[in-house]
Amino acid sequence: MAVGQSHIRKDVRAKVTGKTRYTDDFSMPGMLQAKYVRSPVAHALVKSIDTSAALAISGVEAVFTHADVPKNVYPTAGHPFSLDPDHQDVADRLLLTDHVRFHGDEVAIVVARDLLTAAKAAQLVKVEYEELPVCVNSAAAMAEGAPAIHDGGNIIKSTSFETGGTFSDAEKKAVTVVEGSFSTPIILHCHLENHTAYAYMDDNDHLVIVSSTQIPHICRRIVGQALDMPWPKIRVIKPYIGGGFGNKQDVVLEPMVAFLTTKLGGLPVKLELEREEGLVATRTRHSQTVTVRAGVSRDGTLKFLDLNVISNTGAYASHGHSIPMAAGSKSCNLYPKAVTRFSATTHYANIPAAGAMRAYGSPQLFFGLESVIEEVAREIGMDSVDFRIKNSARAGDILAKTGDLKHSVAMIECLEKGRELISWDSRKKQYADQQGPLLRGLGVASFSYGSGTYPACVEIAGCRLVLNQDGTIHMQIGATEIGQGSDTALAQMAAETLGVEYQAIHVVSEQDTDVTPFDPGAYASRQTYVTAPAVQQAAEKLKKRILGHCQLMTGEDPGNLDLQLGKIIQRGSPEKVVVDLTELALDSYYHKERGGQITAEVSAKTCTNAPSYGCTFVDLEVDVEMCTVSIHEIINVHDAGKIIHPLSAEGQVHGGMAMGIGMALFEELLVDPESGWIFNGNLLDYKIPTSVDIPELKSAFVDTFDPTSPYGNKSLGEPPAISQGPAIRNAIWDATGVKINEIPMTPKVLFKHFKDAGLI
Amino acid sequence: MFPIEKYHYASSVIDAVQALAADEKARVIAGGTDVLVRLHGGNSDYASLVDVNGLHELKEIRQDGEGNIFIGALATCTEIIEHELIQKHTPMIVQSLGTIGGPQVRNCATMGGNICNGAVSADSACAALIYEFDLLIEGVKGERIESINGFHTGPGRTLLQQGDILKAFRIRPPNYKGVLASYQKYAMRGAMDIATIGCGVGLTMDDERISTLKLAFTVAAPTPIRCSNAEKAVANRAVTEETLELLTEALVDDVRPRESWRAGKEFRLHIIKTLARKGLRQAAEMQEELT
Amino acid sequence: MISRMDISLSINSRPYELDVDVRKSLMDVLRELGYTSVKHGCGVGECGACTVLVDDVAVDSCLYLAVWAKGRNVRTVEGECRDGKLSAVQEAYVEEGAVQCGFCTPGLIMSSTSFIEKNSGTRPSREEIAKGHAGNLCRCTGYQTIINAVENAIKK
Repeated sequence: MAVGQSHIRKDVRAKVTGKTRYTDDFSMPGMLQAKYVRSPVAHALVKSIDTSAALAISGVEAVFTHADVPKNVYPTAGHPFSLDPDHQDVADRLLLTDHVRFHGDEVAIVVARDLLTAAKAAQLVKVEYEELPVCVNSAAAMAEGAPAIHDGGNIIKSTSFETGGTFSDAEKKAVTVVEGSFSTPIILHCHLENHTAYAYMDDNDHLVIVSSTQIPHICRRIVGQALDMPWPKIRVIKPYIGGGFGNKQDVVLEPMVAFLTTKLGGLPVKLELEREEGLVATRTRHSQTVTVRAGVSRDGTLKFLDLNVISNTGAYASHGHSIPMAAGSKSCNLYPKAVTRFSATTHYANIPAAGAMRAYGSPQLFFGLESVIEEVAREIGMDSVDFRIKNSARAGDILAKTGDLKHSVAMIECLEKGRELISWDSRKKQYADQQGPLLRGLGVASFSYGSGTYPACVEIAGCRLVLNQDGTIHMQIGATEIGQGSDTALAQMAAETLGVEYQAIHVVSEQDTDVTPFDPGAYASRQTYVTAPAVQQAAEKLKKRILGHCQLMTGEDPGNLDLQLGKIIQRGSPEKVVVDLTELALDSYYHKERGGQITAEVSAKTCTNAPSYGCTFVDLEVDVEMCTVSIHEIINVHDAGKIIHPLSAEGQVHGGMAMGIGMALFEELLVDPESGWIFNGNLLDYKIPTSVDIPELKSAFVDTFDPTSPYGNKSLGEPPAISQGPAIRNAIWDATGVKINEIPMTPKVLFKHFKDAGLI
Repeated sequence: MFPIEKYHYASSVIDAVQALAADEKARVIAGGTDVLVRLHGGNSDYASLVDVNGLHELKEIRQDGEGNIFIGALATCTEIIEHELIQKHTPMIVQSLGTIGGPQVRNCATMGGNICNGAVSADSACAALIYEFDLLIEGVKGERIESINGFHTGPGRTLLQQGDILKAFRIRPPNYKGVLASYQKYAMRGAMDIATIGCGVGLTMDDERISTLKLAFTVAAPTPIRCSNAEKAVANRAVTEETLELLTEALVDDVRPRESWRAGKEFRLHIIKTLARKGLRQAAEMQEELT
Repeated sequence: MISRMDISLSINSRPYELDVDVRKSLMDVLRELGYTSVKHGCGVGECGACTVLVDDVAVDSCLYLAVWAKGRNVRTVEGECRDGKLSAVQEAYVEEGAVQCGFCTPGLIMSSTSFIEKNSGTRPSREEIAKGHAGNLCRCTGYQTIINAVENAIKK
C-alpha cells in the first residue's frame, strides 16, 4: 500500500545534496539585473524624478519610472480567475507608481549589467516627493476625512452573513453573554528564499518567466492583464521554491520582469529582492481587530456567535477582503449548532500590502473566537474542554457554507485525545493554587478549516501520467510542490491506484504553463484534496490502457487482469504474472504495429470542501518578574482525514506550530503610527523563532476517512498554524489571572498587562 | 558583492596603523560581522577598509608570569570560549560571548570588534567592565594602554582615534581572582539577538558579607556602564531582601534607559532592577555553594 | 581603486587558483563556481542558509570575504555525498523528515556536520544541539526533525 506509508520524499535526496535548483540557481548569458527605487516615505505624490545621474553610470542599461509603464491597473491576488466580475480581485496596481502608499513603495526601477551597479544607480535616482498625511492603523484609515489612499476612499468592502438560524432568536435564548476585542499584528512570512524572478523573450511576441511562485498558471494570467498580452503568449516556469507560505500566492515581481524584457529587446532581466525588501515590499499577514460576542443558554449550550473583523490590508488590496471572509466561513464549521453572525470590513492604510498567509485570516479570527469561548466556559463555571466538547461539530451536522452532511468530523475526539495527552485533569488540580513569581498554566483552543476554496472559487486540478519505456511512470501535475511534500503525496496516490511501486512514479516537479496540466497552484490547503480526484482518475485511465495493451499482446480479457506492484497478473491470483510492465512498456512503444505511447490525462473539478479540525493544548510557565513565558509542553491534535504520509504530516504540524508560536510570542512588524516608517524590516529585528526558541513539539492525529476524497484525506498544510495564539493566551490567563487580548505576547506586552493588573 | 571602494590588506600592525592614518575614511575590518553588514546595507562610511586578518600575532590568548591574561584582539568568540585559560579564570567571558549571535557569527566575530565598535549592547562589555580590561593599543604615536572604564564615550563612540589598532585585552589578577562573575542577557529571542538589557555581576564576599560588588549594564545608558551608586549601597552587607531593595533603589541613579521602538523606558528599568536582584542573589548562592 | 587578489584554495578538496575581486563574498564566489547549494537568504548572517565550513569551521559565507579563504579548504554540501553515498548527516536528514522546502537544508547540514565533528565522542543534549544550530533559520520544520536528525546522525 503506497498511501499511508512514510516513503522517502521524492525531492529529499536532491535537496540534501544541493542538487535541487531554485530560480537563482539558473543564469543566462547576458542576464541584466534590476533594482527598484523605493520610497523613503509612507504616503506621498511623486513630483519629479531625475534619472540622469543614474543613467550616467557605466553599465546602466535603463531607468524606468511611472511615466514609462503601461496604464493597465491589475490585481495581484493569486485567486483563480472569476467569470463573475463582482467576484474578481481588486485591480489597484501599476508596475510603478507616482502615488506612494507605503514606506518602500516602488517609484522607479534601474536595469544594469550587474547588481552592484544597479544598486548604486538606484541610490542616484533623485525623487522629489510631496508628502501626504499618513494613516497606519484602522482608526486613522477609516476616520472621516482620512486622506484617500486610493480613489474611492480607504474602505474596500464591508460585508456580512448569518448562518445556522435566525440570529435575533438565538440571541434571546442566551442567558450569559461574553464579549471581547482582540488585536493582531502585521506578521511576515519569512520563507528562506526571497522573491526572485527573471524573464526573457524567445520570440517577438512570446516571453518566458522563471519565478519562485506558488501559482504559475495564475501568474501567467495576471502578467497578461498587466501587460495587456494574450495569456498564452506568456510562459511561466516554476522550479523548486524555497518556501512561500502564501507570500508567493501573489504576483509580485513577474509583471515587472516581463515588462523589462519587452522593453530591452528580449534580453534576460532578473529581479532578485534583498531580504530587507522582501520583508516589507511583498505581502504580509493582515493586522486585524476581532470583536467577538458569544452567548450560552443555562445548560452550557452555545447559542450564538457574533463575530466582527476589521482587516487592515495596507497599501494595496491584494487578497483584501477575501481574507476575513474566508476565515469567517471556515470558522462556522467549528460550532455549527450556534447561530453565527459574521461581519467584516477591509480597508487600505499606509503600511505594506497584506496578502495570503498560511491559514488565511484564521489565526486572527480564532485568536478572538477561542479566547471568548474560554471566557464563556469559565463564566458559567464549566471546564473549558468540556464546554468545547459539548458544543463542537459532530458527524452529520450541517455545515453552514457548503450545506454538506457527509464529511468526517472528529473535533471531539481531538479534544479528548489532547486532554489525555497533556494530563489536563490532573494538572488542572495541580496548578489550582500557586504562589510566587513562577506560575504554571494550561490552555486549549480549537479550530476548523476547509480543504480548498469551493464554493467561493473554482477548484480545478490536472494530472498527466505517461508510461515510460522501462515501466516507470512520469507524473505531471498542476499542483505545485513548495516544500510541503505534495509531489510525494500525489505520487503515493498514483502508485496506490495504478498498482505500481511508489518508486516507479517519477514526479516532474517543475511546473511550466506551456506544458503542465492546468491547476491554479498551492494555496488554501487544497492541493492533496483537490488533486486527489485528478490523480485517481488519471491512474484508473492509465491502468485501463495498460491492461488494454496487455490484451493486444496476449489476447487476455482485461476484465480478468489487474496491475499489482508493476506486474500484470490474473485478477485474484497475484502469483500468475501475465506480463511484466517493463516488457509491456517496451512493446507499446516499439512494436511495429500495435499500441503507442500509453498516457492518461485528467482535469477534474472538485465541488465539495471537506472541513478539517483540531486543537492545541499547552502547558506553560510564566515568570512574572521577568515578563517571560516558557512552554513546557505543547500538543497539536488534528483530524485531517486519512494521513497520506505520516512523517510529512507530522512535519507540516511542527512547522505550523512553530509559526503559530512565533505569532503568539515573538513576531510583529512595527510601523511608526505617525510617519508610517517601518522599524524592523530585517531578520534581526523581526524575530522569527530560532532553534532555541521552539519547545519540543508534539503532534497527534485522529484518523478519519473523508468520503468526499478518493483517498479519505483533508487539508493539513495550513491548519496547524491556527490555534497556538489563543491556547497560549488562555494558558497565560490560567497561570496569572491576566487576560491578554493582543498578540504577540512579548515581554513588553506582558509587562504592560502585569503592571496594570498589579502583579509587578 | 560589497560596495567596497578601497581595500588594504595589512601586512603588520604598523602597516595597518599607517594605512588607517593615511586615509581618514579607512576603517578596520576584522571578523567582518559588523562591517560587512553595514556595507551590505549600502553604508558608504565603510567603503575604505584596512583588513587586519593577516596579523596572526593578534590572535594569541596567553597568560604571563604575573598572572595577567592577554586576549588578542583578533581572537574569535569561539576561540576565546574554547580556551582553557579563559574557561578557568574568566568564565564570565565564556558565558557572555556564548550569547552573541549564533555559532557561525561567533566563529568569525572577534571580542576586539565587539568592544571597539562601541555598541551599547555589546555582549562582552559587561565582562570587560567587571574584569576591568586594559586595552593595549597601537597608534600613530606608538603603544598605549587604556582602561575599559571610560573607553566607551557614547553610542558607537570610543576613545579610539583614527590610526589606532587594538592589539589585545589584558586582565590583571586582582580583577579576576576570587571574583564570582556572571552575565545575564535579556533579549527577545534565545539566540541571534541583541540584548534588550545585559547585566553583569562580579562579587567577592568576605565571610557572609559583600566585600565588593561590581555591577555592569549594557543598553541601560548611552554606553555600557558600571553602577557605582548601587555598588556602594550594598558594600559590607549580607545579601538579604533589604540589601536587594537598597541595590535597586540606588541603581536608579546609575542608569539612564532610553525609550525606543525596541522597548520602553519603564519596561527597561523594570528589567534592569529584576536582573540586578537576580544576579546578586544568584552570585551569593553560588558563593554559598563554593564555601 | 578596487583590487583583485590571486588566491589558491580548495573546495571540497578540489584545488582552485582564482583571481578574486576583493569585494566578493565567499558565497558569491562559490555560487559562481557552481556550488549553488550555498544559498543567499539574507546576506547579513541572520539566516545561515549560506553556511559552509572553512577549514572545518562553520561560517556564514555571505559575511566572509572570498579572499579570506586563501590557502584554506572550503566544504559545501555538494562535497558531503561521496561516490553517490550520502554522509551520515545527509542520511539522517532524509530519514527524520528534516527537509521540506530545502532552501535552508544545505546550510543546516553543514552546521550539523561541523557540530557533530566538533562534539565527536560525546552525546550532546537536545538543548545543546539546538544551541549549535541557532544560527540557521528554518521556517518550515519548527526545527524538531532537524534536532532529531542530528541525534540520529550522532548514533550512526
